[in-house]
Amino acid sequence: MMEGKGKKMTTGVVVSQLALADDIFSMWIRAEEIAKTAIPGQFLAVYPKDPTKLLPRPISICETDRASGTVRMVYRVVGEGTREFSRYRENEEIRILGPLGNGYDIDQLQTAGKVLLIGGGIGIPPMLGLARALQCEKEIVLGYRDVLFLKEEFESYGPVTVATEDGSAGTHGNVLDAIREHAIKADVICACGPTPMLRALKAYAGEQQIRCWLSLEERMACGIGACLACVCKTGEVDEHSHVKNKRICKDGPVFDAREVEL
Amino acid sequence: MNTRVTIAGVEWKNPVTTCSGTFGSGMEYGEFVDLNRLGAVTTKGVASVPWEGNPAPRVAEVTSGMLNAVGLQNPGVDVYIRREIPFLRQFDTNIIVNVCGHSPEEYLDCVERLADQPVDMLEINISCPNVKAGGLSFGQDPKGVEWITAEIKKRAKQPVIMKLTPNVTDITTIAKAAQEGGADAISLINTLTAMKIDIHRRKFVLANKTGGMSGPAVKPIAVRMVYQAANAVQIPVIGMGGIMNAEDAIEFIMAGATAVAVGTANFTNPAATTDIVDGLETFMRENHVEDIRELIGCVR
Repeated sequence: MMEGKGKKMTTGVVVSQLALADDIFSMWIRAEEIAKTAIPGQFLAVYPKDPTKLLPRPISICETDRASGTVRMVYRVVGEGTREFSRYRENEEIRILGPLGNGYDIDQLQTAGKVLLIGGGIGIPPMLGLARALQCEKEIVLGYRDVLFLKEEFESYGPVTVATEDGSAGTHGNVLDAIREHAIKADVICACGPTPMLRALKAYAGEQQIRCWLSLEERMACGIGACLACVCKTGEVDEHSHVKNKRICKDGPVFDAREVEL
Repeated sequence: MNTRVTIAGVEWKNPVTTCSGTFGSGMEYGEFVDLNRLGAVTTKGVASVPWEGNPAPRVAEVTSGMLNAVGLQNPGVDVYIRREIPFLRQFDTNIIVNVCGHSPEEYLDCVERLADQPVDMLEINISCPNVKAGGLSFGQDPKGVEWITAEIKKRAKQPVIMKLTPNVTDITTIAKAAQEGGADAISLINTLTAMKIDIHRRKFVLANKTGGMSGPAVKPIAVRMVYQAANAVQIPVIGMGGIMNAEDAIEFIMAGATAVAVGTANFTNPAATTDIVDGLETFMRENHVEDIRELIGCVR
């Protein structure tokens, strides 16, 4: 008879919470088990306490600090669930499951040459932990709507180029406009951001014939690969689904740009 | 204290199973709960061939509920025979394979291919749109229910549970039709057809426009329908619809359900199933209930 396994939901404790912009919050959480094992690109499922909200919110891990057993998430308030999280204060408990998903393969990236890290909007935070982890040549491009956040923190890990939609800072336009304006070259791209941005980068990487890893997002329910809510279209039939649908929560969220159709 | 129940000759160690589609085949949730502790595991629906399902977004949250339009994505019955059933067989629990189809032929093909498999029961999802009947689901027409049940019964080697849709005017006529067709048990409720609109984008939240609603918001409707169905038929009823905790499960049992299934609650708490098994035992101890069967349909 097979034995049951012992994965559990974690009750973390809020260490600090800070507003980085009107609707962007940075929260450090003490959660030793998660901090011990999480790798850049993975995410957390965060459960609202409001009993009328049934589904966990998938939120990317911004970075972890193993020494203090803490994990940081930088998230945007988009509805009542994330609004609830933004009201948590120091020492408050927070229910989380994680780390979830595959994350980036750091060893492989470090042998790939120069890495270009691209973040757009609320896809920016997970690139910070990746920038910190990568001990290789790298360059960072960040795309914002208007207000900048996390930019100074990225600057300690490599050269940063900014694009804003309203032109208030850096290149007036999107991340690809900034890449072209500054003729930024790299051997591999890692990107997280809105789907139109990822779609453009997939095409760009194809033209440049460079490797590109994309971190995807979709509405989720279970967060662990059981419910098949958060699928993305793929070019090939895969071994799990036997149709052309990969699970973002379990098979991703990081995918080789060539395998997904956006 | 006895928590065992018997449904169509199959003994369950306790009356708790999973709602099809919320638990995969137990592989993922098996990392959070001991599957040996469940009365049965009901798999995600499977068809005779792989189904792609619907485009994303496939889920939306609503107050105390959720909508899903996964569209019964599944890898086809051959993969179940090779991978999911052998996985579940490693555990000391009953396996209920949920079967779906677009046409009577697809249902019957799938049932026939499962006939010699080590599966304890079949649950038939008759809420799928019947392509030949212009998209009306099999489960919305009493004659259709009786006919498809009888056809499945001719071929199935395992006891057959017909899973009923609540999207009907009178659940008792549908329940009776399933019994008339020879069903060994019925389960209800499947999800309620619903819709959510994003007023800022002026778009449907689900790519499929409509989705099936589940969660605690639908529970009072489900309890009412289980009560009505249980009082209309002699075969056992498996109750489900928004069960979040043991108290909810007991409500269904008191309304007439011999067993219950836990669905959406798994998303809110990955250990919901075994928490409910524990909670049932606690309730029985605290209320001096010697045998869970004392509670079945005790409210009339």
